[in-house]
Amino acid sequence: MPFVPPTLRLSLAQYRGIVAHCYDGLPYEACGVLAGPVEGAGEPTGDVTTIYPCINTDASARTYTVDSRDLLRSMRDAESRGEELIGVWHSHTHTDAYPSDTDVRQAMEPNWIYAIVSLKQAEPILRAYRIRDGQTEEIDIDVAGLA
Amino acid sequence: MAVEVKLPALLRVHAGGASSVSAEGSTIGEVFADLTARHPGLAANLVGDDGSLHKFVNVYRNDDDIRYLEALDTKVADGDVISILPAVAGG
Repeated sequence: MPFVPPTLRLSLAQYRGIVAHCYDGLPYEACGVLAGPVEGAGEPTGDVTTIYPCINTDASARTYTVDSRDLLRSMRDAESRGEELIGVWHSHTHTDAYPSDTDVRQAMEPNWIYAIVSLKQAEPILRAYRIRDGQTEEIDIDVAGLA
Repeated sequence: MAVEVKLPALLRVHAGGASSVSAEGSTIGEVFADLTARHPGLAANLVGDDGSLHKFVNVYRNDDDIRYLEALDTKVADGDVISILPAVAGG
């Protein structure tokens, strides 16, 4: 069966929360995880119910690691609603919203949505990807109410 | 001590597809030694060449990250649940 990637669907408030956390994290990269429903095979529908801003324990402008306690807390919270973590976002402070070699190498979750916010330009740019077996595929993003 | 070890999707292939396995030991290190004796494919994913916890995994005793406890020397008790999650990281 051909693989049809989900569309990442965010409310305007979620979008703003994601971007705001990225600016709050400067000069370092910021990160957080996304929760939402999944279908039978663990495939996310693309709907996001909760965004969890997390600590970047690397405290670095070049790399991020989601704080392990934030990660577990977010996962338990999502599971308590019958949902799962379905992705992660992080910022690129001075580069484009495209996965770096490090992002591809360290992408451990084939079903996850990997969203990147570039703060390189005056306006933030959000893009999202699937990363499987070292291959990157961009997926669509739909922010409700954002033209 | 018998504990339950929950495996992330990525590592289940090394344990016959199981999402959860039981293992014996009095510390996390001993539990991992027992686990990898039966599922050798897990070894390289849990412990690095220097014998310490691999940087790309998070390991929790119940809900506590063992890096904030005593790492591989963290004690376990009967009935504890050890959860392994891939670290979420990039650049």
